[in-house]
Amino acid sequence: MAIPSSTRFLRKVRKFVVRHAIAADLPEKAVEHVKMCVDEACTNVIEHAYDGEAGHEVDIAIIIDASRFTVCIRDHGRPFDRSTYSEPNLVELTKAGKSGGLGVHIIRRLMDHVEYQTQGHVNEIRLTKYRNTNDVPIG
Amino acid sequence: MGNFSVGFNLRDTVQVLSLKGELDAHTASELEAAIQKCKDDGQYRIIVNGANLHYISSAGLGVFMAFIEEVRNEGGDIKIAALQPKVFNVFDLLGFPLLFNIVDTEDEAIHLFEKQN
Repeated sequence: MAIPSSTRFLRKVRKFVVRHAIAADLPEKAVEHVKMCVDEACTNVIEHAYDGEAGHEVDIAIIIDASRFTVCIRDHGRPFDRSTYSEPNLVELTKAGKSGGLGVHIIRRLMDHVEYQTQGHVNEIRLTKYRNTNDVPIG
Repeated sequence: MGNFSVGFNLRDTVQVLSLKGELDAHTASELEAAIQKCKDDGQYRIIVNGANLHYISSAGLGVFMAFIEEVRNEGGDIKIAALQPKVFNVFDLLGFPLLFNIVDTEDEAIHLFEKQN
């Protein structure tokens, strides 16, 4: 599916992902995790890659194979610079009255595998849950 | 923003905000406006009741983080009550129980405010 770059469509994306995750027989907890991480990733695209500007597009595709449930989110905005990311410190953020940086942390904590790619003007994040928890790589 | 709303209920000196629906980057501004209204009214003793909150993303959590320091500096607090388990798990994942009172019922939160008097 494709949505315009506005947070008003996040709910639609969550519904889309949940429908497919349930159809793929992911456990209830994994469905919740995927829903939340896709929301966080799309929010980051809308608010950071596109700087909250309307008129752009976010593409969401789901790939299901025997072992994995993967959501690919593509945009044409500013690439996410992982070198500037540091684990958020809740106490410091709160003291500063800031609230950013939690989305990436949630994605890293809840997904089994996360991949970022930029090719030309296209950025892609791939969020994967293993369908059988025995397949989760150790470490 | 039909999928999220905030109800206001004043219990003695404590302002209860009852959240309903889904709190994400789109609806977070409604919670922000609700807490801002409490501030404008000089009401810094706030309970957020999450009994009917079905979903929260980091944008929703961010609203609590943005206001808590200021509210506490004014002698108040934001206490969180009655969260559904899957919503509590999100607060827990980010370590919120270390910084916020998160209790099972609204009455417990009221009781904590009474003890602080």
